[in-house]
Amino acid sequence: MSLALSLPETDSRLAKVTARDVNVHYAEKHALKHVDLDIRSNEVTALIGPSGCGKSTFLRCVNRMNDMIENCRVTGLLTLDGDDVYDRKIDVVQLRARVGMVFQKPNPFPKSIYDNVAYGPRIHGMARDQGELDEIVMTSLERAGLLAEVKDRLLEAGTGLSGGQQQRLCIARAIAVAPEVILMDEPCSALDPIATAKVEELIDELRENFTIVIVTHSMQQAARVSQRTAFFHLGELVEVGDTEQIFTNPQHPLTQGYITGRFG
Amino acid sequence: MTEMVEKSVARTATDTAAARLKRRYAAERRFKAYGIVAIALALGFLATLLITVFSNGATAFVQTEMRLDVTFDASEMGLGDDRSPDALAGANYLAVVKNAIYARFPEVEGRSARRELAAMLSNGADITLRDLVQDDPSVIGTTRPVWMIASDDVDMAIKGHIPRTPGTDGARLSDQQLGWLEALEQSGAVELKFNTLLFTTGDSREPELAGLWGAIVGSFFSLSITLMVCFPLGVATAVYLEEFAPKNRWTDLIEVNINNLAAVPSVVFGLLGLAIFLNFFGMPRSAPLVGGLVLALISLPTIIIAGRAALKAVPPSIREAAMGLGASRLQVVTDHVLPLAMPGILTGTILGMAHALGETAPLLMIGMVAFIVDIPGSPFDPAAVLPVQVYLWADSPERAFVERTSAAIIVLLFFLAAMNLAAILLRKKFERRW
Repeated sequence: MSLALSLPETDSRLAKVTARDVNVHYAEKHALKHVDLDIRSNEVTALIGPSGCGKSTFLRCVNRMNDMIENCRVTGLLTLDGDDVYDRKIDVVQLRARVGMVFQKPNPFPKSIYDNVAYGPRIHGMARDQGELDEIVMTSLERAGLLAEVKDRLLEAGTGLSGGQQQRLCIARAIAVAPEVILMDEPCSALDPIATAKVEELIDELRENFTIVIVTHSMQQAARVSQRTAFFHLGELVEVGDTEQIFTNPQHPLTQGYITGRFG
Repeated sequence: MTEMVEKSVARTATDTAAARLKRRYAAERRFKAYGIVAIALALGFLATLLITVFSNGATAFVQTEMRLDVTFDASEMGLGDDRSPDALAGANYLAVVKNAIYARFPEVEGRSARRELAAMLSNGADITLRDLVQDDPSVIGTTRPVWMIASDDVDMAIKGHIPRTPGTDGARLSDQQLGWLEALEQSGAVELKFNTLLFTTGDSREPELAGLWGAIVGSFFSLSITLMVCFPLGVATAVYLEEFAPKNRWTDLIEVNINNLAAVPSVVFGLLGLAIFLNFFGMPRSAPLVGGLVLALISLPTIIIAGRAALKAVPPSIREAAMGLGASRLQVVTDHVLPLAMPGILTGTILGMAHALGETAPLLMIGMVAFIVDIPGSPFDPAAVLPVQVYLWADSPERAFVERTSAAIIVLLFFLAAMNLAAILLRKKFERRW
């Protein structure tokens, strides 16, 4: 049973990603149950919920990162701009160029800062010459708010940056491929408060050009950066709505219990 | 009252805690002591081995030579006026050698005495003269002092490996020969010189002429073949099994079998090589080509296992990062995983090659134990390899081969150490942190 169905249908013309009756099984485990969710364009959607509730699983369905996991089975309909993500004809490589991802732990390649950002554009053949590639790298670093800090050491190792800088480098790397959607899996959980504030600020700026889905354990963060919030519990989508409404006037007792800190 | 009881309880508690702590530290010290004893024992054995080998083998790197005044007489050499390279190569240098030593001891007469005298020089002494003349034909017709190789018995006597007291058990030189040697030594005509033949010639029945170069070249060809076959195959297998293969019963079965292959006695691989490469495909016997292929079969499991471990050690976050950017599985492997795993793979490969370098038994099966004098010119020529050369020399009765066996072991150990050093350097060079 999904409560989301009973909520007023959001304006689906705005929906960038839609999920209809999405189920995920890991071998015997039913990890995600009958999820219906619309993710709107140029908004930040926060996925919250206690550990193991399926929010990361849902996130990884959107760019099919679950394909890498043995015994993982996804059913239901998941679309990106109306294209079925799990259609046989969809090329996963193309899909992941359209749906970027930022991970929990900063994971820059053990290469130079420049090569980290340039890797995506290179494999997708986005630049015709070195000049274009330079421009993509510079713009991406600029938009990730990192250029000022690293412009003198572009050829130094990306792994030599601080944790917060590494995470912004990963964001720069993701946006260099010009994706439509950026998935963020607890991007600030390994960062200190100052670095977190910077990343959150960046997320807010990126909303202008990208659709962002962020998984977070911090309800304050969800409240700060998102326009819409979806609450997951035990693999089910319990409630989804405008962030303000979820945090001030939750409809479901579970949501209320979670945001007031009674469990989770 | 209660207070006292509490105090004593507290004290006993601390006492037992202190005793327990003491036992714990004692256990730790004992454990450390066991470790140190074990390491000391291992080092002791290693030191014994190295000292034995080096003390036996060190003298093989020098060789006794004798200086004699040699008269290059064209008629004795059967040359006439012909100075063409063919004529120079075919000239009779043995006569010149014999004349030289007869001239040194003109008082010696009679055939048997003269034969004994000539036997003090190596059968290969004429080769020295031939090389000299071929380098510079103008020496013909002159008389000049030349250092020539002594026979192995003289060599052993000079080095003190066989007694020099006449009539002693094991003295292989006659009283007369010992006397001549004494005379030569007193005139400064006997010297120990660096044994270049050891590093320039192939095997020989005469210890003083036997060299390792043939075996070194044979080992080099064999290992080149091994590397060319097992590195690409091993890396491809490791990458496929680790990155692409589905995890099912078949891949499990393959994995178990690869692990088992690593434990199969190497002589079995030799029989396999004999049956398949020699008998079925009809490849040449005793050739480094076949030796290399057999050694490749032996090293392959090692390289696959090391390669898989290295690939497994690459953090999954790197794979995820590349996947998330839209890299294909192959791009993830070639651009990120493989470069990061390379140090580990290279280390495994070099250790596998070092193992292959020291392998003997399988090569005996495919005929590499033959007595081969020529230096192999290609992997298709018959050849010996270093460990087989050690085996062959260890089997030879002459006293001089004892020290040469040790010398061959030293050379083999040197190559092994060099390869291990290369493994360390490569790992250092390619190691990257993440």
